[in-house]
Amino acid sequence: MPPSKTRAPAVEGWFTMDADEPRLLGTRCRACGTYHFPKESFSCRNPGCAGSEFEEVPLSSRGQLWSFTDNRYPPPPPYPAGDPFEPYAIAAVELEREKMVVLGQVVAGVGTERLEIGMPMQLALEPLYEDDAAQYLVWKWRPAA
Amino acid sequence: MAKEVAVLGVGMHPWGKWGRNFVEYGVHAAREALKDAGVAWSEVQFVAGGDTMRNGYPGYVAGASIAQALGWTGAQVASTYGACATGAQAIDVARARILAGLCDVALVVGADTTPKGFFAPTGGERKQDPDWLRFHLLGATNPVYFGLYARRRMELYGATPADFALVKVKNSRHGLGNPNARYKKLYDVEEVMASPVVSDPLRLLDICATSDGGAALVLSSMDFARKRTSKPVRIAAVSTVTPRFPNTVIEMPNFATDSAVAVAAPDTPFRDSIARGAYEQAALGPEDLDLAEVYDLSSALELDWYENVGLCKPGDAEKLIRDGATALGGRIPVNPSGGLACFGEAVPAQAIAQVCELTWQLRGQAAGRQVEGARIGLTVNQGLFGHGSSVIVTA
Repeated sequence: MPPSKTRAPAVEGWFTMDADEPRLLGTRCRACGTYHFPKESFSCRNPGCAGSEFEEVPLSSRGQLWSFTDNRYPPPPPYPAGDPFEPYAIAAVELEREKMVVLGQVVAGVGTERLEIGMPMQLALEPLYEDDAAQYLVWKWRPAA
Repeated sequence: MAKEVAVLGVGMHPWGKWGRNFVEYGVHAAREALKDAGVAWSEVQFVAGGDTMRNGYPGYVAGASIAQALGWTGAQVASTYGACATGAQAIDVARARILAGLCDVALVVGADTTPKGFFAPTGGERKQDPDWLRFHLLGATNPVYFGLYARRRMELYGATPADFALVKVKNSRHGLGNPNARYKKLYDVEEVMASPVVSDPLRLLDICATSDGGAALVLSSMDFARKRTSKPVRIAAVSTVTPRFPNTVIEMPNFATDSAVAVAAPDTPFRDSIARGAYEQAALGPEDLDLAEVYDLSSALELDWYENVGLCKPGDAEKLIRDGATALGGRIPVNPSGGLACFGEAVPAQAIAQVCELTWQLRGQAAGRQVEGARIGLTVNQGLFGHGSSVIVTA
């Protein structure tokens, strides 16, 4: 058996690599508390706030499904579509604490027929693509147990 | 005194998949608009070009590229970009110069040549560019966002895929009479609902294509216009508003909405604020409209726009389409041109083309698709990265 490949994030610093309970990584403005994802690092997007200092925070790993759709056809590059292409769902999930909606793919094997707006969703990690050096992971949403 | 400019001339290059240089479409549209206006190219003092991102350097300086092809005259120039709202940016720059008294006559022109299939980001690896990243990490194509909105509409208001199909059917009927439309085929609900699903619940025939095309306007001061014509059609408002924080609707190309932790969501969501900005400038309201051209990137999105521009209350758009209120002959015809459903999207030309259509309608020159007695029309459109676009045209 060849040794299993190194697991690496498909994008640096956007999420933790904790296999059991991965978390998206955002920032929170130290002045007004506004969350930002992806991270904001130099100027708070709240127009009433002059904040320029942020703390990195893990975002809630659970939320409610705001809406969903899917890709029945392969998206164009730079999406690393597999061949043959497997259709997959995409979810928009509302995080209660952060009061924001975050997109993500839905884990493989869960199609739109299994999704319902309002249902609880949980963050997961799955491979996006791999090369000779590593398997690259991305965050996804899955129905919460 | 209302701040109005005259639409002296309008012109288009027919939409299609012609595969030629975008400058050629722009020049064709510009010459048509100049001819329509009775204005010589040498009289144009200012050229506002709408940029295209998909045609190399000439596309980033579209105003100059098209001016050069028409023949340098020393006119002043600007080239602007605002994604799908690019045309409104160009119109607004020209209008502002005219209203400031800096010029009397301006040419506004936008044109595009598009690749086949989904819009994709321009090439290269750009891990800081959210537009590149949304494709790379999520495969979040434009129809993915349209699908999210459509599903949300079904959940909130009980819309059905058959309602979405009705929008396509209506627009396909409207476009039959439009010589500049790319698709001139009448669809029925069954055909739309039998087309393949692209992004659930939206099917191929619910989603607009990408097209080649060009559109142009000759705008002038009211004083200049009165020397050329007795009753010029006028632009009464141009809204290019940005969202207000926090924007709590997920928008292309973003991964997330703004957070509403520190500041509550505004009473007027972004899409509602776009037309509102135009109504406020013109001191008009939705009840004054005779017709509207709205940005039907998807059939379902047209229903959202009915509510966003105030044609009905949230949740009532399905009733409007089912009752035929937005068809030609109805209470408030929407997209008499056939809309994007019949044109496909030629990004920098599209918001200009919407104004071309309103102008023909208000002059009574929209043969085959005329809204009888039309006097006031509104366009609405939205470009990604927070670009509102709405124009009010009055007879």
